[in-house]
Amino acid sequence: MSTFSQQLRRYYSWYTCGFLALIGTLAFLEYQGMPARWIGYVFLFFTIFLYAAIGVLSRTADVSEYYVAGRRVPAIFNGMATGADWMSAASFIGLAGTLYLAGYQGLAYVLGWTGGFVLVALLLAPYLRRFGQYTIPDFLGARYGGNGARLVGVGAAILCSFVYVVAQIYGVGLITSRFVGLQFEVGVFVGLAGILVCSFLGGMRAVTWTQVAQYVILIVAYVVPVAILSYQNTGVPVPQVMYGQVLAQVGEVEQELFVRPGEVAAREQYAARAATFREKIERLPVSLQEERDAITRRINALKDSDAHARDIIALERQRRDLPATPELARERWLEEMRLAEEKARAPRPHAQAYPGDTEQERDQARINFLALVFCLTIGTAALPHVLIRYYTTPTVGQARESVFWSLLFIMLLYLTAPAYAVFAKFEIYTHLVNLELDKLPAWFSAWSRVGLVSIEDINGDGRLQLAELSLNPDVIVLAMPEIAGMPYVISGLVAAGGLAAALSTADGLLLTITSALSHDVYYRIIRPDASTQWRLVISKSLLLVVAVLAATVAAQKPGTILYMVAWAFSLAASAFFPALVLGIFWKRANKQGAIAGMLVGGLVCLYYIVRLEVDHIAWLGLHDLRMEPWFGIQSIAAGVWGVGTGMLVILVVSLLTPPPSREIQEFVESVRYPAL
Amino acid sequence: MKTPELEQRKQRYWLRNRQLTLALLLIWVLVTYVASYFADSLNGFSFFGFPLGFYMAAQGSLIIYVLVVGCYALAMRRLEKKYGIEDQGG
Repeated sequence: MSTFSQQLRRYYSWYTCGFLALIGTLAFLEYQGMPARWIGYVFLFFTIFLYAAIGVLSRTADVSEYYVAGRRVPAIFNGMATGADWMSAASFIGLAGTLYLAGYQGLAYVLGWTGGFVLVALLLAPYLRRFGQYTIPDFLGARYGGNGARLVGVGAAILCSFVYVVAQIYGVGLITSRFVGLQFEVGVFVGLAGILVCSFLGGMRAVTWTQVAQYVILIVAYVVPVAILSYQNTGVPVPQVMYGQVLAQVGEVEQELFVRPGEVAAREQYAARAATFREKIERLPVSLQEERDAITRRINALKDSDAHARDIIALERQRRDLPATPELARERWLEEMRLAEEKARAPRPHAQAYPGDTEQERDQARINFLALVFCLTIGTAALPHVLIRYYTTPTVGQARESVFWSLLFIMLLYLTAPAYAVFAKFEIYTHLVNLELDKLPAWFSAWSRVGLVSIEDINGDGRLQLAELSLNPDVIVLAMPEIAGMPYVISGLVAAGGLAAALSTADGLLLTITSALSHDVYYRIIRPDASTQWRLVISKSLLLVVAVLAATVAAQKPGTILYMVAWAFSLAASAFFPALVLGIFWKRANKQGAIAGMLVGGLVCLYYIVRLEVDHIAWLGLHDLRMEPWFGIQSIAAGVWGVGTGMLVILVVSLLTPPPSREIQEFVESVRYPAL
Repeated sequence: MKTPELEQRKQRYWLRNRQLTLALLLIWVLVTYVASYFADSLNGFSFFGFPLGFYMAAQGSLIIYVLVVGCYALAMRRLEKKYGIEDQGG
């Protein structure tokens, strides 16, 4: 065992040195004049080739190797693999930008996505490892008996994981299209190939060893740009420690910047625009007709004065683009009004917790922050693709230690993300804001072409005001190397890191979906007598089908994908957490209780999301669905209701129905003790 | 196989485990929810140049989480040795 561990250490040390050497070589070649495009290609194809090589080397036809990597992954390596499994495209690309935009409020993600691992360690990982089967529905099936709980588990696992995997493949498409210039749809399928080469042949075994490799790349790629920024700004390349003083500087800049006359004027103009839209919405449908008439009059006036044809065509297009019906107009104008209102609001200091103009607003911010943290922590401790990683350690003790390593490796990124946001804010507030518009740096136009940044000189002073700048959160990580004037090799590194984050998470998720289908549905329910070989054939073919399906959905560029991922957390939390934890700690919990609790919890969560987010479902003939949120909790934290009711239903229904059988009670006992 | 002595050992082990879990969960709740609830008041204090409320959510809590999980793994290893129910693997 220890020789295996030593061997692994040696391999991955060499690998890490090799990767650093590659970065060094590329930096040298760039200095010698190698074009940027080539650097992007080298990073993309070298890393995908590497993952493929590991995948091929780890191919296997053994069931235990395929589903749980033979249960011989040492704690520290399982920690790295879990780190890569866990940190998705959203963590890598989106988190720093979210923190940039939301300040303190964004820290709910940092808290939730790390705090959940405490629950994993204390309440789940050692017991699941002791149980020692292959999937999470497996545990539900064994604990509650029969196929009911297992099937509900399969359904919930597939629903959450599929949404999540689509988001990862979408992230791959985003990165490959931005950095290597591939078409988005082509990029999606390149990413798909990268995922398949590694999980198709070797299952969990290949996924594990690739994830360790991917962790190294993603953490280097995440920390290096911030370390350089920190060195540039403070002289010390340890951003996690140094950003305190930069945060204080940002605070000083904010005090002066937020009340600058240009800023105030720009915000007032946005407020005026919002008021115009409100007035137009109130006067519908008359206002729409007036607008159309006004443009028609201008076109006629232009025609009479025989103006340039181009101007007339532009106006005609404007008229054509007007909303066709008052309903559509209301929808579009409401959106415009909301955007303008957002811009009109005074920005908040970065470190201020729970900002608001009234006590009520502040309380609302606080309660939503806490509710979101709750959902993310519980969701983290309930997402099947993370939990199954703890089936792969050699012993129960190592499963506990492995959570420690996971959290440590994950923390490296989450400690860096808030620093990223603060350094970026300092850079943008001091170097970008107040520039003359024709002197904006080159990166700005490059990223505005792809729609991630935009400006609107609303007060017409020819300078950039903070209020006039719109940033997509993704741009902070993707463009930071360019913003701070670093060489292109750093940009390429960031792309490789983002790719590693997305691919590693996608691998774990795909495997979770296919094992739920092939192991839980096919082998356990449909054909328990299937041969080992046949089970693997089924599993591999399902993997292919699910992967292609996910890539096809991702290629449609679903707009709400980021929200859907956040909802997946709430859903997983509501469906799994109560049944899993009570299953271990409360012997009296029985089948009826678990099935009812999982269904009710999941459905309450789903109901809340739908009622808040969807106004009408045409094909069901439902209208005016939207309701007022309960206690002002946003849909992103819907799990608060789902987890609560799920827990309650399990308690009540279990107590009203007969206790579980003797065998089940003995099973619970056996899970509680690591040996005997 | 089932001797009273063994049963007693198992019960003790499970009791200790639950006590430890509960204590660590309390720390977790304190750090995650109570500290966050009072974040705006905590921001009035300064810690290494950070406002304290911000620091807790961005770094302090995370470091405490790692310590909690690490302590749990160590303490449980000792507990299992003491009660002779270690998982030897294999």
